[in-house]
Amino acid sequence: MSITIYVPCDSSAISLGADRVAVAITKEAEKRSIDIQLIRNGSRGMFWLEPLVEVVTDEGRLAYGPVQVSDVVSLFDANFIKGGSHPLFLGLTEELEYLKKQQRLTFARIGKTDPVSLEDYVKNDGYRGLRNALNLPQTDIVKAVTDSGLRGRGGAAFPTGIKWNTVLNTPSEQKYIICNADEGDSGTFSDRMVMEGDPFVLIEGMTIAGLAVDATQGYIYLRVEYPHAHKALDTAIEKAYEAGYLGNDILGSGKVFHLEVRLGAGAYICGEETSLMESLEGKRGLVRFKPPLPAISGLFGKPTVVNNVISLASVPIILDKGGDYYRDFGMGRSRGTLPLQLAGNIKHTGLVELAFGLTLRELLYDFGGGSASGRPIKAVQVGGPLGAYLPESQFDTPLDYEAFAAIWAVLGHGGVVAFDDTVDMAEMARYSMEFCAIESCGKCTPCRIGSTRGAEVMDEIIKGQELDKNIPLLRDLCNTLLNGSLCALGGMTPYPVLSALNHFPEDFGIDDKANAA
Amino acid sequence: MTDSSSMQATIQEIITTLKNKPGALLPILHGVQNALGYVPAESVPTIAKALNLSRAEVHGVISFYHYFRDNKPGKHTIHLCRAESCQSMGGKQLENHVKTRLGIDFHETTADGKFTLEPVYCLGNCACSPAMQIDEEIYGRVTANSFDSAINETEELA
Repeated sequence: MSITIYVPCDSSAISLGADRVAVAITKEAEKRSIDIQLIRNGSRGMFWLEPLVEVVTDEGRLAYGPVQVSDVVSLFDANFIKGGSHPLFLGLTEELEYLKKQQRLTFARIGKTDPVSLEDYVKNDGYRGLRNALNLPQTDIVKAVTDSGLRGRGGAAFPTGIKWNTVLNTPSEQKYIICNADEGDSGTFSDRMVMEGDPFVLIEGMTIAGLAVDATQGYIYLRVEYPHAHKALDTAIEKAYEAGYLGNDILGSGKVFHLEVRLGAGAYICGEETSLMESLEGKRGLVRFKPPLPAISGLFGKPTVVNNVISLASVPIILDKGGDYYRDFGMGRSRGTLPLQLAGNIKHTGLVELAFGLTLRELLYDFGGGSASGRPIKAVQVGGPLGAYLPESQFDTPLDYEAFAAIWAVLGHGGVVAFDDTVDMAEMARYSMEFCAIESCGKCTPCRIGSTRGAEVMDEIIKGQELDKNIPLLRDLCNTLLNGSLCALGGMTPYPVLSALNHFPEDFGIDDKANAA
Repeated sequence: MTDSSSMQATIQEIITTLKNKPGALLPILHGVQNALGYVPAESVPTIAKALNLSRAEVHGVISFYHYFRDNKPGKHTIHLCRAESCQSMGGKQLENHVKTRLGIDFHETTADGKFTLEPVYCLGNCACSPAMQIDEEIYGRVTANSFDSAINETEELA
């Protein structure tokens, strides 16, 4: 009987050699005349163990990792296809502590299935949400999403149901669903993992959104830096069309929904929804004034739902199991689960999906195992390049939108980047200003000019020049950016800059915290 | 056919296939850059005419996006991540090594025309920092040594 072996096709796994391992396993099996079926699955999200090879046995799926090409012969010698003992043997995948402690709703299938197999998707609860939605009035679909408490997972945390309701109630001949897949924040990769590891869940979520608000066309605006996600999405969309899950007559219901992937071109600002729509229209990605809201006048001036990948990928389970099921996870006004991404200087980097409420410290140490370098963790940036730096004294903050807002920080898209004590926070503050200058769309003056001036002031501060003048100047500049910018790029660059200054004044050449204030 | 007329034929073909899509400019620019490696200045009037735009508008879009380039890149393009997560794992030191090893700065091409070096702000490989991309191939936990062997391997393939 054929032996089933899984080797991930996730691009992080590939970056560590998964493609080569897959080839080596196939060749070695041929050489030994062993009949195997090699499936490229998504990643389980435990990147210190990638490439993670799994073998299907009578006991369940057994894991070996991290596997390099040079380990393949010895794995076969150890009879790993029958679960043989080997230094890389990890046991049953599902029993691994890191995975077992998680609450995977949006990531339920990722790592288990073949991402581009529609059959696998349907067999593992896929398209149940869409089938339910097809039998519901539109207001009930929107109600389920509203009841679930789902808030935009892209970072802004706006209630998804309210957005959908506005589009539903805005009459128009044409409406659009846009998936914002321009995941440009450093430290984030959950969108990428979904698109590479379970593209059908995003397609299903967008189709449900289309049904809910009467939109017949969807676009996935994908960053060009994600070629593997692009391939997976294109393949999955083609299969969904062939099987009647997309097109002019979805599952014989007479409902219409078309979907296309459009590529960005390396502009961070296009992750801002109005800039993204300009880009989709074929223009420079300049930020638009709001109002009008995209829900009323969005893409090509039509009512448009713009949602993040994780938001849309969370919709199928809500329509399958009900809004209440999803809402029962979480704390306060942060309902459901958040796929957190542990990145940077962390021993056990990876994807951790949990209900809101875990503390940052638990995430960093219980899951992350502390720093990769073995040195103390000095600062953690949560929520991408526009998120604040948190010092050790704030590590007990629960991962919850409101708790983070209360300490002038952002949870954002759930990306967590740790730095050890070798980091110079003044350099990081300078980088934030430089990044803002590089990526500013140029429409508003505070962001366009302020970011360049900010980098110049930081240069002087780093050289120790006229600190008594330059520190107040930096604060004043941040105040202008904070209050005078058109969008979050200029408006939030002060978060990393000022949090670095306030929490780590010594790196700016200031002796005590009182002087920094 | 001369080089220039075959280039125009390629551009024309891409335009014909894509020009009726709503918001066709970015798909066309991607098509041209995929085919030619860059978006040559000669293509701007052709694209502008087909989409009923001014040449300034097309040029404005090309220059807005970091990914589109108006000059020919080297045989291989290296995208090295400069973002925070990679910095936390020694990205800055790696950047110095890469620049010294190739003898070029960002946005430059080696004298032998083999490699172009571009910065990138996140490849979504933050769990395996520092990261880089050579053409479409992604690399994680890059060290000075692993960078050198990746370069050597890419050269051998060429």
